[in-house]
Amino acid sequence: MSLSQISSEKVSSHHRAAQGFSHSLSATAVLHRSHPKMKAENVSFYYGTFQALRDITLEFAANRITALIGPSGCGKSTFLRNLNRINETLRDTRLEGTITLDGENIQNTNVTEVRRRIGMVFQRPNPFPKSIFQNIIYGPKINGMLKGRNAADIVEQSLRRAALWDETKDKLHDSAYALSGGQQQRLCIARALAVNPEVMLLDEPCSALDPIATAKIEDLLVGLKEQCTIVIVTHNMQQAARVADTTGFFLLGKLIEHDRTDVIFKNPSKKETEDYIAGRFG
Amino acid sequence: MSRAMSARNMRRNAINNVMLSLTAVCAFVTVSTLFLILGHLVYNGGTSVDINLFTKLPLAPGEPGGGMANAVVGSAEIVFIASLIGLPVGFFAGIYLAEFSGKKFGILVRYAADLLNGVPSIVIGIVAWTLLVLPMHRFSALSGAVALSLMLIPITARGTEQFLLEVPRNMREGALALGANKWRATASVIVPAARKGIMTAMILGVARISGETAPLLFTALNNQFWSSGLNQPTASLPVMIFSRATGPYDDWHRQAWAAGLALLALVLVTNVTARLILSCSGSKGASLSG
Repeated sequence: MSLSQISSEKVSSHHRAAQGFSHSLSATAVLHRSHPKMKAENVSFYYGTFQALRDITLEFAANRITALIGPSGCGKSTFLRNLNRINETLRDTRLEGTITLDGENIQNTNVTEVRRRIGMVFQRPNPFPKSIFQNIIYGPKINGMLKGRNAADIVEQSLRRAALWDETKDKLHDSAYALSGGQQQRLCIARALAVNPEVMLLDEPCSALDPIATAKIEDLLVGLKEQCTIVIVTHNMQQAARVADTTGFFLLGKLIEHDRTDVIFKNPSKKETEDYIAGRFG
Repeated sequence: MSRAMSARNMRRNAINNVMLSLTAVCAFVTVSTLFLILGHLVYNGGTSVDINLFTKLPLAPGEPGGGMANAVVGSAEIVFIASLIGLPVGFFAGIYLAEFSGKKFGILVRYAADLLNGVPSIVIGIVAWTLLVLPMHRFSALSGAVALSLMLIPITARGTEQFLLEVPRNMREGALALGANKWRATASVIVPAARKGIMTAMILGVARISGETAPLLFTALNNQFWSSGLNQPTASLPVMIFSRATGPYDDWHRQAWAAGLALLALVLVTNVTARLILSCSGSKGASLSG
């Protein structure tokens, strides 16, 4: 089989995946129907002297799922990690440009407040070495959100939102490490949800999980967008096609294009996007 | 196979065997040292260990019998106070090194801790003598405790730092991403995750200082009786062993061996306990990352 045949097969399989989209909104409608919850304007980012992000401008529509795709090292995770200022914890880094949440520059907002409002789920599940209950209650506790509320209610509500309640309700006080990898990742999602974030950032949340656990998390995300704005970095293009309303394609630290997901997969306007989707590199 | 090649192979095999044997011999010397010491102590002191050693005061020189109960209690007192000072200071310095230090100051502190760790213990004793014994005009348990705490601080600090750094980075980020500030994340997630390792480092540090003699020679000195206060000269096991072993009486030598055995047993038990604590957490610690 020649290389071009392989590529065209991949293209058509992606087309089939993309045809599953039920929404018939136009790109601009999806992108701009609701006000942008978050905005990045002319964002550049440096690790020491290495420039990892180049002049990125991107809007995240409220109550939508935005997927960021691209080959390894393209800067998509770096970009995501700037949205809640977690990259600041790394030494010798520098950010240029502005990132706003509801129009307010997050660099001018108290960093713990930014991170309370913008939750994050990491590539590998990272439950704390505590019980399931204590994991969930950690965020509300440190953010002073327990006053006048019942901790048990918060735990139940958060676990239900992460579709983990039925599996854990009888062992809330067991160690979080007793859970499977997929359950641990949903626990991390529940833990993030417990502080009622307005935005959820997910950094390749399924890369360490099997397909069944992945499907559960994808279902969960689609349900969650009623309540918050979701940004997900993924290596898996089918995953982007399945869950995302809009998709941004990153390459070598640049945002090549951002559009409705079906447009990105079926009819991208940039040659690089098309090559990547077709599997010609990356 | 040519002759040249087979000759070369023989030479390579020979070198291989010689070097393997050399490493084995060195490994044997390392292990046998411990057992020689242990065996010698048991042989000389084993029969002399009796309850009197821990319950009776020393008798007048030359009079057979008696014990060193005052030294046992004095050692416990001095080590306890040294731990009260050394463990918290070392612990927080370790947290600073692992979690908060900027690059340059961190390197400085780390270097200083390592150097302090390598300072001969007799020098530590002289320092404590200058700082406390001279101004107070007397030898005291307190000055001995300060001398030992100076040794305990770098051990605890580096141990704490090491175990904190073993906590996976994504655990820190998990706490920070929930809105914790750095201290909160450290106190409520990172330190608990590393607590078994930190405890082990602390126990090993305390075991290490409880056998130190030189820092106590100029500070706590010694005492034939119960010490009447922390600001008075106080007997300790290591110094008592030193004075008994260098004395002229056979019964003193016998007591020195017995006390040496008791001290070594104490240190060994502490060490083994610490290792057990750590090995219990070993598998858990590894699974922290996922």
